[in-house]
Amino acid sequence: MQREGSPWRGMNVVFFRELFDHLTSVRMLVLEFLVLLFGATVVYFAAEQIRNTTAEDPFLFMRLFAPPGQTLLSFVLVLSILVPIMAIGLGFDSINGEYNRRTMSRILAQPIYRDALLAGKFLAGLGTLTVALVTLWLLVIGFGLLRLGVPPSGEEIGRLIVFLIVTIAYAGVWLALAMLFSVLFRSTATAALVGLGLWLFLALLWPALAQVLGEAISPSDIRFTMLGLPTPDTLAWQQALARLSPGTLYGEAVVAMLNPDAQSMTTLLAQFQGRIAAPLPLDQSLLQAWPQIVSLIAGMILLYVAGYVVFQRQEVRA
Amino acid sequence: MNDVVIEARDLTKRYGGATAVDNISFTVKAGEIFGLLGPNGAGKTTTILMMLGLTEVTSGTINVLGHDPAREPLQVKRRVGYLPDTVGFYDHMTAVDNLSYTAALIGIPARERRERILAALDRVGLPDVGNKKVGAFSRGMRQRLGLAEIVMKSVSIAILDEPTSGLDPQATSDLLEMIRVLKHEGVAVMISSHLLERVQSVCDRVALFNNGRIALIGTVQELATQVLGAGYRVDVEADGLDLEEKLRAVPGVRSVEPAGPNRFRLLAQGDVRSQAAAAVVNAGGALRQLAVDTPSLDAIYNRYFHDQAQLGAPHAT
Repeated sequence: MQREGSPWRGMNVVFFRELFDHLTSVRMLVLEFLVLLFGATVVYFAAEQIRNTTAEDPFLFMRLFAPPGQTLLSFVLVLSILVPIMAIGLGFDSINGEYNRRTMSRILAQPIYRDALLAGKFLAGLGTLTVALVTLWLLVIGFGLLRLGVPPSGEEIGRLIVFLIVTIAYAGVWLALAMLFSVLFRSTATAALVGLGLWLFLALLWPALAQVLGEAISPSDIRFTMLGLPTPDTLAWQQALARLSPGTLYGEAVVAMLNPDAQSMTTLLAQFQGRIAAPLPLDQSLLQAWPQIVSLIAGMILLYVAGYVVFQRQEVRA
Repeated sequence: MNDVVIEARDLTKRYGGATAVDNISFTVKAGEIFGLLGPNGAGKTTTILMMLGLTEVTSGTINVLGHDPAREPLQVKRRVGYLPDTVGFYDHMTAVDNLSYTAALIGIPARERRERILAALDRVGLPDVGNKKVGAFSRGMRQRLGLAEIVMKSVSIAILDEPTSGLDPQATSDLLEMIRVLKHEGVAVMISSHLLERVQSVCDRVALFNNGRIALIGTVQELATQVLGAGYRVDVEADGLDLEEKLRAVPGVRSVEPAGPNRFRLLAQGDVRSQAAAAVVNAGGALRQLAVDTPSLDAIYNRYFHDQAQLGAPHAT
């Protein structure tokens, strides 16, 4: 059945109102403050460490975001933990909140399609997160300029921009997920709890669980274990399972972008073959992170579409 | 003013196995106030949502202003105003901001918005609270704000779902008065309510809903004639002997009930005030008061479904 008129009609109205709402809300202020506080702390320590230890490093600026050897106290880790919270915080009540305020039927009685409402809300959330992340990104770079006294090279800027885009896509995944829950559950508290619960599960339990499940599906071969090597099949399963979590995808993409000399499978291979492991150039790093980046964006779209389908079929009456 | 603006034919809506609206047909003309009346859960709101294209029709057709709401919802929603049951607004925004959001969604040009919003707020009696946050509004004020939205939209059809529920008597009569004003501007108004008696005074025609069906449709007088056998209610207060007998003998009177000391309630097929007065005077009685009214919808509704239940007809299942 062909619908008359454009599904985008009214989307910009929804977008700008929601964006205004987000940017002026106390909720957003608190989340921004949280990220700033954590971010400032870890970036400060990273800068101190760099000043003390690194004499000469072609990727000085990268170290600010992801200090070598540091997994606990890095800006990237802070982001990978706090970005989901920000996204869930923005999205968990976007649709069910309209039902609870009883504004949904009044808004949908205006000449717009539901598409416009959902898309406007999603893009406004993504826009808000982008504003927040770009601000943080610039703050860290500015701090780095002041503290390290070295300007980033062109390649570093390229890497940092890709890192920023990946982070926004990662935020988009969680935002789409939070909005899906806000469509599925009529209670905002339930939607928030399910979102946060899933985030905790994926962040804390899933990495370990993926290992166990991979082992269960394809048990390690004793011959590889004797040599102290992972069984390829088992490793493949474990990686595939771990990558179901957007956090894993994000981590892998970011490591590829920010640690050009990271030990990937190819660099390991190079060592075996007697070649010298050199830092990868930007385009090679991008190539390495490409599947993860595409998966993140695809996941975002997939989750959004799921929410869209359910929302379109939903009865308006509360 | 005889143009049909809403036409529903054999409209049916099923949710899974349950039938919410069962094969209903009705028409609404421009400048008419049409009441969808009946108990909660009788299918009134579902009917309204189908008219707005907000829920799919299972079978049958509906035509609003020459458009099918399922296929051309934007055309329909551009010219139809809807005040939902217990209307909600964004509490953290002011009344004017709430209305300018909808004004933008409607597509009212930016330079006209403020003027139209203020005029609409003025019309519904909220001229001074435009810059107050809606969170502080009472229920009556929210209903008025919802009506202001419809006024601002300058619609051809206004659909009001339970507009009077939860309002005090003063707020109710104010709201009904505003609805009358809308009617005089040529707007077709559709009111759904479970408070039959409250809205009966404003409705030109009503449809009585029960279990997803329209049991009765027409003017209140027609329904009264059909169900009670009499379209007029005449209240007589008079002193005298055997007045009940005398009044019963007046031609056109269907029944006489005592309604208190020296008060009688007549159901008649016409306005029998003068005949009744003559009967009282001829009997040597003293006439104190005489009033004519249409029978109450509650009485019609109760009698109808009481009769149906006794007949065991399918309507009363």
